[in-house]
Amino acid sequence: MSAMNEATAGEGAAFQTEDMIINVGPQHPSTHGVLRFVVRTDGEVIRSALPDVGYLHRSIEKIGEKVTWHGFVPYTDRADYLAAMFANQGFCMAAEKLGGIEVPRRAEFCRVIACELNRIASHLISVGTFGQDIGAITPFLHALRERETINNLMEEICGARLTYNYIRIGGVGYDITQETCGRIGAFLDHFELIVDEYNRLLSYNKIFVERLVQVAPISLEDAFQYNIVGPNLRACGLRWDIRRDIPYSLYPELDFDVPVGTGEKGILGDCYDRYMVRILEMQESCKILRQSLRMMPKGPAIAKVPRKFKPPAGEAYIRIESARGDMGFYVVSDGSEYAYRVRFRTGSFTAMGLVEKLSRGIMVADLIALIASLDVDAPEIDR
Amino acid sequence: MEAKEIWERLEEKFSGRVHGFKGDVFDPYLHVEPQAAVEVCRYLRDDPGLKFEVLSDLTALDWPKEEKIQLVYHLYSYTHRHQIVLKADLPREAPVIFTMEEIWKAANWMEREVFDLFGVVFDGHSDLRRILLPEDWVGHPLRKDYVEQEEYDGISTQRAPLVEKLLR
Repeated sequence: MSAMNEATAGEGAAFQTEDMIINVGPQHPSTHGVLRFVVRTDGEVIRSALPDVGYLHRSIEKIGEKVTWHGFVPYTDRADYLAAMFANQGFCMAAEKLGGIEVPRRAEFCRVIACELNRIASHLISVGTFGQDIGAITPFLHALRERETINNLMEEICGARLTYNYIRIGGVGYDITQETCGRIGAFLDHFELIVDEYNRLLSYNKIFVERLVQVAPISLEDAFQYNIVGPNLRACGLRWDIRRDIPYSLYPELDFDVPVGTGEKGILGDCYDRYMVRILEMQESCKILRQSLRMMPKGPAIAKVPRKFKPPAGEAYIRIESARGDMGFYVVSDGSEYAYRVRFRTGSFTAMGLVEKLSRGIMVADLIALIASLDVDAPEIDR
Repeated sequence: MEAKEIWERLEEKFSGRVHGFKGDVFDPYLHVEPQAAVEVCRYLRDDPGLKFEVLSDLTALDWPKEEKIQLVYHLYSYTHRHQIVLKADLPREAPVIFTMEEIWKAANWMEREVFDLFGVVFDGHSDLRRILLPEDWVGHPLRKDYVEQEEYDGISTQRAPLVEKLLR
């Protein structure tokens, strides 16, 4: 303020602050992909953070109308590259629902095993980058070390490390061999103890806890209004998991718990709850994996599906519990070789809609914690 | 509650403004008049026996032959664990419908996406801008007759066919 203004302005005016617009992203490492926020701040306090999405839009839904049903499966991988298996499964389940295809039992087990491994890998990234965003580099490396083993297992199962194209319409691409099952079991023996290591390293670390408790809590009412799903919804205290509550695949036969947020350190639904739910979910996935490995029967890994797959005209909506929650697949067929419409409904997209509301009144550094805690994934937002 | 019961309740309450119930498909759906959509949805959300707390999904279908754009609302109730699909037909030339934002806040972003990709205008929406595509993009890509613009910001969107490239 110039001397002249200071002289004319009243006493109180000298302390007036001006809002500042700060651009965060799109290439900021803590935005988990290509995400941009336009942040209006008053000093350290955020007035509003407007998310700007779309940088990773690849028009997957339009591509779905241009390629055959079988041909679209590899594209679904790209919707969410941290948890590609779920998009594979969702789309294939939708196509099977339309076409009335029965999936062999062994194939269902292969799907469950592949998906739960993928869930652990995705949560590891989430938990690891959470620490990194807050300023702790070491836990990230610990998390990626374990994820590397899962990537190796995935490579063994289907030949790819990230974009799997493993689950096909009618079953899975390749059977899981006995040797691979053994190696998955060995990984579980090792990993179940590692979760404890994370807890000692990160979860109960005083600085980490202080940074997360009571930051940006989501009320259950907001969660419904904004359609928050998956781990973020469970962190609000609602025991709701598609795998248990709208059962699909073999999940009704498997025994697992659904962890929810308890507000153990702060208040219900804060960033810490969202973090903790993911840690607990990894342990549940281990349980599911152990049971599946034990129960897996012998048999074919894929049903007979015509190469020119033409489901009868109609529409189907499928919900699956992906690593980021309720992932919806709405497919419409007009009876031809190509889908009439393919629609992906993803958890990250709706979660981003809530960011503007949650960001009001929190500190700039907390915005990073908030985005990390929602575990949004830019490709899944933009598709 | 079964979809048929939901339909019967709606038919009784909004007779004439809901029609075309189809219960023998995978996900039972019914048609609702665009003018009555908000009212019907408010009833679906607030009635204690129905209690559809969430708008799971909102998308559209383009039917150029019938000259219509069809909005598809997937609703879900966590309390009663039931779902219903609502459809609203809009004229393809000038599709306009009132926003659902006051019923479910999630509609804000979903409607922006439908506006962006289908060109449906949501009357009363608080912030109706393109969401996935750049602001100055031409056309609405998920329409069946969409033709991609040849270049955007001086960058060509076309790619020379591979064979021609090899022959050159």
